[in-house]
Amino acid sequence: MTTFFLSVALGLCFLMLFSLYRVLFGPTVLDRLVGVNAIGSKTVVLLLLIGFLYERIDMFVDIALAYAFLNFVAVLAASRYFHKRKGLYEESFLE
Amino acid sequence: MTVSSNGGVKKGSTPPRTWFKAFFSFLLTFVFMFLCWIVLSGKFDPLLLWLGGISSFFVAYNFYDLLFPALGRRYFIIFLKFSAYVPWVIWEIIKANFHLLYLAFHPRLKEMIDPQIITFETHLKSDIAIATLANSITLTPGTITVSANSDGVFKVHAIDSQSADALPGIMLTKVAQIFGETI
Amino acid sequence: MNLLVVLFLLVGVFFFLGGAIGIIRMPGFYTRLHPAGILDTMGILLMVTGIALYNLIPFSFDSLLLSIKIFLIVFFVFLSSPTATHSIVDAGMRAGLRHWTNKKRRG
Repeated sequence: MTTFFLSVALGLCFLMLFSLYRVLFGPTVLDRLVGVNAIGSKTVVLLLLIGFLYERIDMFVDIALAYAFLNFVAVLAASRYFHKRKGLYEESFLE
Repeated sequence: MTVSSNGGVKKGSTPPRTWFKAFFSFLLTFVFMFLCWIVLSGKFDPLLLWLGGISSFFVAYNFYDLLFPALGRRYFIIFLKFSAYVPWVIWEIIKANFHLLYLAFHPRLKEMIDPQIITFETHLKSDIAIATLANSITLTPGTITVSANSDGVFKVHAIDSQSADALPGIMLTKVAQIFGETI
Repeated sequence: MNLLVVLFLLVGVFFFLGGAIGIIRMPGFYTRLHPAGILDTMGILLMVTGIALYNLIPFSFDSLLLSIKIFLIVFFVFLSSPTATHSIVDAGMRAGLRHWTNKKRRG
């Protein structure tokens, strides 16, 4: 079971690279924000899996819960910050 | 009860209800907060239990009318109906998720999707009904609520015409039924 | 029981994969939000349910408390994910981003 958890965790890390593409090359700022949000939601599960691998799940649950809260607040704050910015590199939007 | 016309709970402005109701609502909040404390801490030291009791007491004393505002029969019925609504909406989410998954893996993606913004009006009055409907629409894949105001006008971004057609539909009926509103 | 856990985790990873591929492939900002916000929520739901089940296997009171706590994450994500998605959409609307439309269909 440990091997399985490890492979699932590695798979999640691999998926994070996909979202990282959006963070790096996203045409607008908000696209990057979407990518960061996706990475954050994968991290929550990854933390729980790491907790099983270290056999300290009781500690890692707290970290995962706090991370979920933090991810939510970060996305809210960032999207409020970009509320009224005009022209978020819109020209790359037209295909 | 004290639920005002826009669904928010007026605090302070209303004269105190009967003393007993306020106390019962306080007690319910206290028990709920204490259960949350026990689940989150997971330890049963006397010191930690005392700390949890004291902090839940403070929270319940100050905010007893936020979580369980009106202990009327109406509130209880709404709670029961809402509990019946949650499994249905989760099932709906799961069904629609597979549709979105199929879209994401489809090789000719750009021909399949047809994004559009649609607007529809409802006659929902209370804030909580509007918030429930907006969150349900967002959670159902293929549709995202862009804006919803207190007049009940919803602006929804749908990813293809299939999800756009299904929109106000049965979900609106169910939400209106829960909160006892006209559609 | 272990089989159920494995199934939950694999299907969850599959949903995450769909979300990640959707984020890359979808054209336009608003369409990207659909897989990002919702397939990821579904993936979290499935994977965390699997993890909570696995935690429950040597059943005891402590493990039950811990599983409830793990499930609290799902509850919180279900509350917060629509709000975060809506907040991003709102920011995009106010910034005046146009949404990608299918020109062939519209004619």
